[in-house]
Amino acid sequence: MLGLEKKDFRLLLIVIGLTLFAPFLLNPFPEGSELAQFNAGYPDLMQRFVIFGIFAIGFNILFGLTGYLSFGHAAFLGVGSYAAVWMFKLLSMNVLPAIFLSVIIAGLFSLIIGYVSLRRSGIYFSILTLAFAQMSFALAYSVLTPITGGETGLQLALSDPRIFGEAQTATGNIPVPALFGLEMRSSLEWDVGGWLFTFNAGYYLAAFFMIVAFYLAIRIFRSPFGMMLRAIKSNQTRMAYTGLNARPYTLAAFVISGMYAGLAGGLMASMDPLAGAERMQWTASGEVVLMTILGGAGTLIGPVLGAGMIKYFENIFSKINSTILHDWFAFLPDGLEDIVVAMIYPFIGKGWHLTLGIMFMLVVIFLPGGLVQGGQKLAGLFSRKKAEDNTKSSATEPAE
Amino acid sequence: MSNSNFSRRGVLKTGMVASAGLALPTYLRADAHSGFTNAPGDSEVILGFNVPQTGPYADEGADELRAYELAVEHLNGGGDGGMLSTFSSKALDGTGILGREVKYVTGDTQTKSDAARASARSMIEKDGAIMITGGSSSGVAVAVQALCQEAGIIFMAGLTHSNDTTGKDKRANGFRHFFNSYMSGAALAPVLAANYGTDRKAYHLTADYNWGYTTEEAVRSSTEALGWETVNAVKTPLTQTDFSSYIAPVLNSGADVLVLNHYGGNMVNSLTNAVQFGLREAQANGKNFEIVVPLYSRLMARGAGESVAGIFGSTNWHWSLQDAGSQAFTRSFGTKYGFPPSQAAHTCYVQTLLYADAVTRAGSFNPCAVVEALEDFEFDGLGNGPTLYRGADHQCFKDVLVVRGKENPENEFDLLEIVEVTPVEQVTYDPDHPQFQGGALGTCNPGA
Repeated sequence: MLGLEKKDFRLLLIVIGLTLFAPFLLNPFPEGSELAQFNAGYPDLMQRFVIFGIFAIGFNILFGLTGYLSFGHAAFLGVGSYAAVWMFKLLSMNVLPAIFLSVIIAGLFSLIIGYVSLRRSGIYFSILTLAFAQMSFALAYSVLTPITGGETGLQLALSDPRIFGEAQTATGNIPVPALFGLEMRSSLEWDVGGWLFTFNAGYYLAAFFMIVAFYLAIRIFRSPFGMMLRAIKSNQTRMAYTGLNARPYTLAAFVISGMYAGLAGGLMASMDPLAGAERMQWTASGEVVLMTILGGAGTLIGPVLGAGMIKYFENIFSKINSTILHDWFAFLPDGLEDIVVAMIYPFIGKGWHLTLGIMFMLVVIFLPGGLVQGGQKLAGLFSRKKAEDNTKSSATEPAE
Repeated sequence: MSNSNFSRRGVLKTGMVASAGLALPTYLRADAHSGFTNAPGDSEVILGFNVPQTGPYADEGADELRAYELAVEHLNGGGDGGMLSTFSSKALDGTGILGREVKYVTGDTQTKSDAARASARSMIEKDGAIMITGGSSSGVAVAVQALCQEAGIIFMAGLTHSNDTTGKDKRANGFRHFFNSYMSGAALAPVLAANYGTDRKAYHLTADYNWGYTTEEAVRSSTEALGWETVNAVKTPLTQTDFSSYIAPVLNSGADVLVLNHYGGNMVNSLTNAVQFGLREAQANGKNFEIVVPLYSRLMARGAGESVAGIFGSTNWHWSLQDAGSQAFTRSFGTKYGFPPSQAAHTCYVQTLLYADAVTRAGSFNPCAVVEALEDFEFDGLGNGPTLYRGADHQCFKDVLVVRGKENPENEFDLLEIVEVTPVEQVTYDPDHPQFQGGALGTCNPGA
């Protein structure tokens, strides 16, 4: 189907199913219960899951296939966001032109940076991209304040000279991004029993783009072009001796992944019309590297899983404060309760980075293929035959 | 590896699925049940405290959170009631807000606009917070304020000092109790002129971001109006930790005053460097060389240690104030946590009380009713003397404290002494003052 092999098509169907039913899957606990704390099915986080999924899928096309580790991908995400917000300010509040422009601008930007950076490979390439991203961040933060809004970020204002559409709504507010009148923030809430499921328009738009992005990634992975990229990863020198010039291929992969990042940036701005310079900081670039490695570099579904995992930690674990912990362990005797809370507290709440760091270490040490490899190992426990199938398939083969 | 099979049936099937997917969102409608976003139930109301728990302002964030917890305790009738008894409005009676128990959720802004907005959105969308408050940097405050305007939630700004929060980026749903750069400049300049003379030459080191710019501009224009001259203004990167290379040229520049438009860790480092370079003992143009820090905080003074002795700055509030409100707050904060509150804690505590009071007076949680109740609201007894919440820009107008680092502090909290309480008339400005131009308040947004 759709030019995919059966196995890949099944994977695509799984991804489509997961994204369509995310509002149910992410809200397994009834509203008001103790465990509702762990529900992730609210629009902001669901949007983040799919948007960072797109970002990580794009990053994986470069890193997973060619092995070029870019430490500056957040710059493309940031540029995409700025482009989208400017589109809202100047053209119209419709998200489609904004997303389109952000992909184009990020593509052009990555073409320039890629052209320079790809003259080197390995660590030098990583450092070059890191330097470019930090330059972009510094520029956006201070020098380019008229264009980027500096520290405050680029925001919409009541006085925006919008060509199509109103500058302000009838009630005197700034209009919100919409898809032909369908506001990105509008949601349908469904109350069943104790559960509350939220279906958000912006989420489904972002999910649609992620499915398309995922499909394109599969096609790239399975194409002769993808094969060429893999060849670059395994031995670039040998390729050069056979008379093939690797640069155009790596540059193409770089620009494609830059455009993915731009798409993610444009979607982020569409869900929440603000573009801040922090999006381009090196920590943001590092985050996508973590997502990809955590999920499994070079696999199709891995980066999406990694992105989901990191965003879940960032948004759910960081909100558990000591009061909540004391609530949980209230059944213990007083002295013991304090000790238990004191032991757990450093790892959650504001200490979520610590937990994430430990998990990342464990994954890298014991599951070099990321969460995907973990899944395969689990599957292998239950059926030997299936596990053999899995290892044969290139779809789930971990990165070297 | 292309094995396309675009059969008629296949194309039709895919088309159906795709169009169904596209059509799905059009059936979604925002629910409009109560006329405004996150209308609370009958038993409890949830406030969102969005403060930096990690990053450069984590100290301030921790102190803000303590103040919020104290405010919630007092609103629910616990503790000694703190400022509830000294507050000029007597609407609050310790039974929560409008009879609903006050609950709260916390989030980490990481001092990043993006993270702060994500955290605020999760409070609004997941936890059902009716009001968001907090923040310890202007960038974050402005970003979260804009978000709250879009979502139809009230935003009570925490520590944010940039002019833009109630200037260029003001919003109808956002309110600021803290003072701003302009007020710092207007309050400081006369004191500086009285102590150091009117023929000084100033050299500015400015943190290279929004707050730095507005503070530099405010201090420059106020001091220049009194006859000072600005020799040079150099921008320093926000992430800078060693300022030696910026301080070295100051002595030979012909300047005799160094103004450090820095905050938090920046200020601690630059001031320490300046003192190490011997600027305090230096002579220039036949006068003693002086250093000025426009925005002071106790947490910063503690970081800089002995370097702050004798250095002038301004602050929003200080726990050593002798009025009944300040004393009541310092007492209950001290009893609960064992040390006096910072100015960040004070402004956050006051903002929570002001919100609760406005809701009670309005008789509704509807943001538009709250905005109406807060606009042009005059109150007293919250530590800053008579205060006005101006309706034109949602900025509080009150006395500003000019402080100086103590020469011989008795303990680690007793680092600043109040030099002058600048009366409110002297720091009041027109809503369309040039330093505040370019924004529009818009109208209040009650959301869904």
